[in-house]
Amino acid sequence: MTVRKGSRRYTVIGIVLTALMLFPVYWMINVSLTPQQDMRKSPPDLLPLHPTFEGYRAVVDDQMPYLGTSLLIGLGTVALTLVLAAPAGFALAKLRPFGGGILGLVLLIAQMIPGIVMAMGFYGVFLDLGLLNSWWGLIIADSTIAVPFGVMIFTAFMSGIPGELIAAARIDGAGTWRTFRSIVLPVSRNAIVTVSLFSFLWAWSDFVFANTLDGGGEWRPITLGIYHYIGNNNQEWNAIMATAVVASLPAAVLLVLAQRYVAAGVTAGAVKD
Amino acid sequence: MTIARVDRRSQRRPVTSGATGAADPTDASALRRRQRRGSRLTALAFLAPLAVYLAAFYVYPLYRNLDLSLRDYTVRSFVAGDAPFSGLDNFRTVLDDPTFGPALRHTMVFTFVSIAFQYVAGLALAVFFNRHFRLAGTLRALFLIPWLLPLIVSASTWSWMFNSESGVLDYALHLVGVAPVDWLNSPDWALSSVIIANIWIGIPFNLVILYSGLQNIPGELYEAASLDGASAWQQFRRITFPLLRPVSAITLLLGLVYTLKVFDLIWIMTKGGPGDASSTLATWSYQLGFGTLLPKFGPGAAVGNILILIALVFGLLYVRVQRRQEA
Repeated sequence: MTVRKGSRRYTVIGIVLTALMLFPVYWMINVSLTPQQDMRKSPPDLLPLHPTFEGYRAVVDDQMPYLGTSLLIGLGTVALTLVLAAPAGFALAKLRPFGGGILGLVLLIAQMIPGIVMAMGFYGVFLDLGLLNSWWGLIIADSTIAVPFGVMIFTAFMSGIPGELIAAARIDGAGTWRTFRSIVLPVSRNAIVTVSLFSFLWAWSDFVFANTLDGGGEWRPITLGIYHYIGNNNQEWNAIMATAVVASLPAAVLLVLAQRYVAAGVTAGAVKD
Repeated sequence: MTIARVDRRSQRRPVTSGATGAADPTDASALRRRQRRGSRLTALAFLAPLAVYLAAFYVYPLYRNLDLSLRDYTVRSFVAGDAPFSGLDNFRTVLDDPTFGPALRHTMVFTFVSIAFQYVAGLALAVFFNRHFRLAGTLRALFLIPWLLPLIVSASTWSWMFNSESGVLDYALHLVGVAPVDWLNSPDWALSSVIIANIWIGIPFNLVILYSGLQNIPGELYEAASLDGASAWQQFRRITFPLLRPVSAITLLLGLVYTLKVFDLIWIMTKGGPGDASSTLATWSYQLGFGTLLPKFGPGAAVGNILILIALVFGLLYVRVQRRQEA
């Protein structure tokens, strides 16, 4: 990274732009710390001058079960997505299956189907099967967001694995499954991280499926926790915003820990390297 | 995407292919055929779970939805399981509904205005961040946050900022001497409010993709242009913009497909209201199917299927553009 003269000005402009962009995020944190009696103040306090944690106390009191459910659904979705997408990606990348091209097209189109349409269809199917209001029904529904993306990422990534690596395993007498498990998967660590990250975030953030398929369930995700908060007591905005802050933590943590993978995931499929 | 490091030496070694030794050619080709059939089967085994899954959880729900839109469903028929086939009646009902025109118009306005602003802002930011300055990488990463937040978080935050009595946005307007706006409750402003929030969510996506496109433009081009005395604006017009064309096309088409589908944001902020001032095809479809005590599943599914058709038009355009770029 060479830093040229005059770059300080750009840094300042960059900080100002970023601050502007992130103002809503700052505002969410600010409101989450605002005492109830200052909530309707005009003008609003731009800084949390008298911070209170009553909003966060409400989160601990009310929202813990929801957070647990979201975690469970997120991890379940990651597992299901990886199990389905990694072998399929390998097959499409290296085994030249019959009808592979068509499958790729189907997966691309699958990502364009509006969520509400899927939700309606799932509502009918789950009603027949008695899966409504169940957390694992939500895992199945949420995975439909991530699986097509996952297959495409794995296919793109595994196409880049040198054929010699796989040929060498063959020569050493490894079968296809063994090659996949001992050679291909370890080498594909980056793709696994990217797919896991996005499938977790999408499942964690899902609102459409949750609201349609799990509105009355015993195990409901955090997105519904916030939604019902807004619906029930739209006075306690510090509690609503505190819940929103907590619900944003996974995204923030994953961005800090795995920024590279996030950027890779956004551009994958859109831009050819 | 980076590929894990592969042992360099293996690349220098010629790859041994085929059978060594003097085997009977017919024998060898039979063996190859058998191997090929074997690998075909193996490939199918690797794809089978995905194929079963797609059939059960993609094709079947979509089929159910299509079926819903072609039958006269009531709540009772869901329980009793009898719904008379009604052909295209639901589609006729929907097209004759006074909400259809506004919902279609709002969908178009929401999509095109969002896309235009997201793209321009994303491109400007991508060009800005393409310079080398301290903290550039960190700030660019921070820009991703709005895109990663759960939509319900963004939607509720913006709802509170747009709040008429204590919203920070009206306070900002007040500071510059503009009368406050009742953003979410006024038919004139509700659609603009959800568009503003949606632009904010979409900027990072455009920034990241366009930035990676900029990275692939060789620096020598700019150096040569500078030597010829081209201004920054000329460089952008003659080099950056034309060379970004393919990436721009992909970004805009993907944005179109994603924006057409937007539901959560609008539903959480305004429920498509007041009246149908901010309803789009997506929210209206949901409203029909789930938003009332007397659900109209048939018409709701019909609206959803119309939305699929529109999305597929742009989707197939995207596929064509992408295929052409790879060729």
